[in-house]
Amino acid sequence: MSKKIIATASLAGCFGCHMSILDIDDRIIDLVELVEFNKSPVDDIKKFTKHVDIGIIEGGCCNSENVENLKYFRENCDILISLGECAIMGGLPALRNGIPIKECLNEAYLDGPTVGLNTEKIVPNDPELPMILDRVYPCHEVVKVDYYLPGCPPRADLIWDALVALLTGSEMDLPYEVIKFD
Amino acid sequence: MNNTIKFKIDAKEIVAEKGKTVLEAARDNGVYIPTLCNFPGVPPKGGCRMCTIKINNRFMTSCTTPAAAGMEIESNTSEISNLRKGIVELLFVSGNHFCPSCEKSGNCELQALAYKYQMMVPKYPYSFPQKDIDASSPKLIKDQNRCVLCQRCMKTIKTDKGERYFSFSKRGSELEVIMDPTLCESMTDEVAQLAMDNCPVGSILKKDIGFVEPIGTRKYDKEPIGTDIDG
Repeated sequence: MSKKIIATASLAGCFGCHMSILDIDDRIIDLVELVEFNKSPVDDIKKFTKHVDIGIIEGGCCNSENVENLKYFRENCDILISLGECAIMGGLPALRNGIPIKECLNEAYLDGPTVGLNTEKIVPNDPELPMILDRVYPCHEVVKVDYYLPGCPPRADLIWDALVALLTGSEMDLPYEVIKFD
Repeated sequence: MNNTIKFKIDAKEIVAEKGKTVLEAARDNGVYIPTLCNFPGVPPKGGCRMCTIKINNRFMTSCTTPAAAGMEIESNTSEISNLRKGIVELLFVSGNHFCPSCEKSGNCELQALAYKYQMMVPKYPYSFPQKDIDASSPKLIKDQNRCVLCQRCMKTIKTDKGERYFSFSKRGSELEVIMDPTLCESMTDEVAQLAMDNCPVGSILKKDIGFVEPIGTRKYDKEPIGTDIDG
């Protein structure tokens, strides 16, 4: 059997979900037998070099780059998984969703308690910077997502069981302890 | 005179005292029917619809329906579980329920119901409503983002004279539960703790303390909600 190909990305996330992937401990040796990684922070491949079987997305969409990256993943992956609360519902970045964007930027760069070094009172405006969105969007509100693995981060056992089920085509066992939102 | 009646829930025979509701009778017989707005000692109002069952092929709320002899009740079926899951999903998207940053996570009944029905993602779009947090009381924080308007605080947290610490304010989609500033000024620690405990979600929080119980030891970490009833 040829190895399945996996790609991962962290959008508006904290890399905690990627840490949880590593938390499968020595099973990572088994994983290497089963899969090959393509575009991912794990191997630092920046662009897809081939079509991918499973794309794993951590984090929601808070700026234009996240949206672009997510669409890029959808185009290049057969199966797309939202991994963790941020990808599923925006997570902590989405705490800003009830606050107007101008108010957020002012608090972050002009009025907040830690802006002393910003003596010229500049809100970052370099054209190279991705445009911040009006609010943080869950991934499935931007592209079609096939599976969801909740948790903050998702338990390593949940990630492992889901990957093994997908890779081998077997039924997934979901014990009560592995589905948690925190 | 015989004071008991018999009826069936999911083909299991239930023996109940006359005058009990279907919910009470079910619990007495070790059958768990999920609830959210219902609270022991408070007259049921059938508000949240979590306890929906099918009696003789009609949907009813088990907390408000008196048990009657010969009833044929469906509760734990895929049809009803899907309905209940839908209610949980609606509650999740209609508020701002950020479980990872909530002090009640692990002890939250709404979250526990989502776990029970294996909600991976709500099927409805998130509304991200703009809500406030009231931290003006010396003992409590009232976070409107998480309130499910169940009224449990209003009906169970009262002064010795029967005055309510909590009440409704505004109407329609702006409806919210607010604290009485004068009464809350003199609230004791015990009452504040009770208010937090009786809240099914993390909308009422005791100040100066949080995240006391480590992950793994909280109420719903290991066992689903209702395990104490149906084992």
